[in-house]
Amino acid sequence: MNIAAPTFEWLELAPVVTILVAACLGVIVEAAVPRAFRFISQLLLTLLGIVVAGGLLVINLLAGRGGLLAMDAVSLDGPSYLAWAALLVFGLLSMMVFAERSLTNGVSAFAASAASVPGSPGEAEADGARHEHTEVFPLALFSLTGMMVFVAANDLLTAFVALEVMSLPLYLLAGMSRRRRLLSQEAALKYFLLGSLSSAFFLFGMGLIYGFAGSFQFSAIDAAVQAPLYGRGLLFTGMALMAVGLLFKIGAVPFHNWVPDVYVGSPTPVTAFMAICTKLAAVMATVRFFFVALGAERWSWQPLLATVAVLTMVVGVLLAVTQTDIKRLLAYSSVSHAGFILVAVVGATVATQANPASSVASILFYLAAYGFATIAAFAILTMVRDAAGEVHEISGWAGLGRKNPLLGAVFTVLMLSFAGIPLTGGFIGKWEVFAAAWQGGYGWLVVVAVIASLAAAYVYLKVVVSMFFDDEAKGVAVAPASGLTLVPIGVGALASVYLGIFPGPLLDLMTAASTFLR
Amino acid sequence: MSPDNYVYLAAILFTIGAIGVMVRRNALVAFMSVELMLNAANLVMVAFALARGGLDGQVATFFVMVVAAAEVVVGLSIIIVIYRTRRSTSMDAASLLKL
Repeated sequence: MNIAAPTFEWLELAPVVTILVAACLGVIVEAAVPRAFRFISQLLLTLLGIVVAGGLLVINLLAGRGGLLAMDAVSLDGPSYLAWAALLVFGLLSMMVFAERSLTNGVSAFAASAASVPGSPGEAEADGARHEHTEVFPLALFSLTGMMVFVAANDLLTAFVALEVMSLPLYLLAGMSRRRRLLSQEAALKYFLLGSLSSAFFLFGMGLIYGFAGSFQFSAIDAAVQAPLYGRGLLFTGMALMAVGLLFKIGAVPFHNWVPDVYVGSPTPVTAFMAICTKLAAVMATVRFFFVALGAERWSWQPLLATVAVLTMVVGVLLAVTQTDIKRLLAYSSVSHAGFILVAVVGATVATQANPASSVASILFYLAAYGFATIAAFAILTMVRDAAGEVHEISGWAGLGRKNPLLGAVFTVLMLSFAGIPLTGGFIGKWEVFAAAWQGGYGWLVVVAVIASLAAAYVYLKVVVSMFFDDEAKGVAVAPASGLTLVPIGVGALASVYLGIFPGPLLDLMTAASTFLR
Repeated sequence: MSPDNYVYLAAILFTIGAIGVMVRRNALVAFMSVELMLNAANLVMVAFALARGGLDGQVATFFVMVVAAAEVVVGLSIIIVIYRTRRSTSMDAASLLKL
C-alpha cells in the first residue's frame, strides 16, 4: 500500500509557523532563563515574533503566494491575508498592553503566583518577592496561532482544532489577574465550562454535517449541499449546532451570558485581547463557514442569523444602557457590535462592478475600526486608578476629562467611534455593514440596526458627558503609564480618526481582496 | 451498514451530557458531562465513517481525543484553583459575577 506524504507549504504558512515557534521558544525561555531576565526576554521574543510574522506575511503578499495549503486544510486567500494582518496588528498592540509594568509598582497586571490561594502566606511571599507570571506571553501567542489557523481553516476538523488552540490559553489567561483574584478565577471557571460546552455543540454539529457530506472539506460540503445524497435533516441539525458554537465565540445573544462576566473578571489587558482578537477570529471563521461551505443553503440560514442579529443588537444596547460599571458597559457594547457585524453576514453580498458593497469587506473594515477603538479604550481603562486599583464605576470617572483634557479627548474620540458618529472609523464601518445588508435585500434589518445604533450612541455619550460635566470623583487619578500603554492608545485613537476621514484606500483594498477561495 | 441506531444513541448521549451541564451544580460533574458530549460526537463520526466509506471520521476522533485531553489539563487546573480558594467546586458558590 502506498501512502503519499502530505504536503506542507512552509513558505506560505510561515507567518503562522513563526508565531507558533515564538510561543514554543517562550516555553523554553520560561524554563531556562533566570527570573530576573525572564520578563524582558519574553517581551522581546513576543514582539519580535509578531513583527517577523508580519514581515513574512508582507513578503508572501508581494510574491503573490496563496491558494489551498497543507492538503487543502488551510486556505490562504484575500480574507485570510487581511484577517492575519489584522490579528498580528491587534496582537502586537495587546502584547504591549500586557507588558505594562509602571502602573502597578513595577510589576505586571498578572498574578504573582496564580496557583496560590488568594490571601494565603504563599501569595504574600510571591508578591513580596515581586514575582510575575511571564507565561502569559507564550499563552497569548499560542492563542494567536489558533486564531490565525481558525480564520483560514478550510475544513471542519482544522477549524475545530484551531478553535480549541485559540480558546484553551484564553481560559487560563482569564484567571490570572493580580487584583480581584476571586473574581478572576470565577471568570476563568465560567469561561471554561461554557466555552467547552459550546465546543461540544460545534463538534456534534460537525459530526452530523460529516454524515451529510461524507467529508470535512468545505468544498465537499458545498457540493453535497447542491446535490444532496442524503436527507437534509442532518444538514439542518448540524448547521444549527455548529452555529451555536460559533455564535457563542462571537458573543451573540442568546449565547452572550459569558461575555460580561468574563470581560469584567479577566485582567484588563486580556480583556482587550479577547475583545478584539477572539471576536475577529470567530467572526471571520463563521463567515467563511457559512459563505463557502453553506453558501448554496443561504435561504435557510439567513432568517436564523437575522433573528440572532436583531436580538444581539437590541439586548446588547438595552443592557449597556443600564450598566454602572464601565468594563461591563464595554462588554455589552461588544455584544451589540457583534450584532451589527451579523447584519452584514446576513446580507451575504458579493461585490460586483455595479455594486461595490461586499459583506466580507464591510465586516473586515468594521472589525478594524472596532479593534483600534477597543484596544485604546481598554488601555485607557488600565490607567484610571485609585488606591485599590483600576476604577470601573462610571461615577468614579466623573470629571476626569476636565482633570486630564488630553485623556478625555482621546476617550471621547473612541466613544464616538463606538457610537458610529461621522468622521470616525466606526461610522464608516456601520455604513458599509448596513450597505451590504441593504444590497442583500435585508432592508428591514438595516432599519432595526440604525435604530439600535442611535440608542447605543446614548450609552457612549452618557460616559463622555459624565467625564466632562460632572463633579470630580475623589481619589481617582490617571496613573502615569509608559510607552507600552501610550503607544496602543495613540495608535488606536489616530486610526479611529484616520479611518473615518480617509477610509478609501483600506476599503478598496478590502473590497479587492474579499473573495474566498473555494 | 445503516448508521441510524448509532446516531440515535449518540444523540441520546449528547442530550444527557447537555442536560448534565445545565442541571448539575458541581463543576467536576458538569465537566464530565461535557466529556460525554464530546464522546457522543466521536460516536457519530465513527458511525458515519463506516457508513459513508473513507477514514476521515475515524481519524477525526483521534484529534478529538487529544483535544479533550488538553481540555482536561486546563479545566482541572482551573477547578483545582477554585477548590483551593473556596473549599468547594459548587458553581452556585461562584456567584460574585452577577448581572
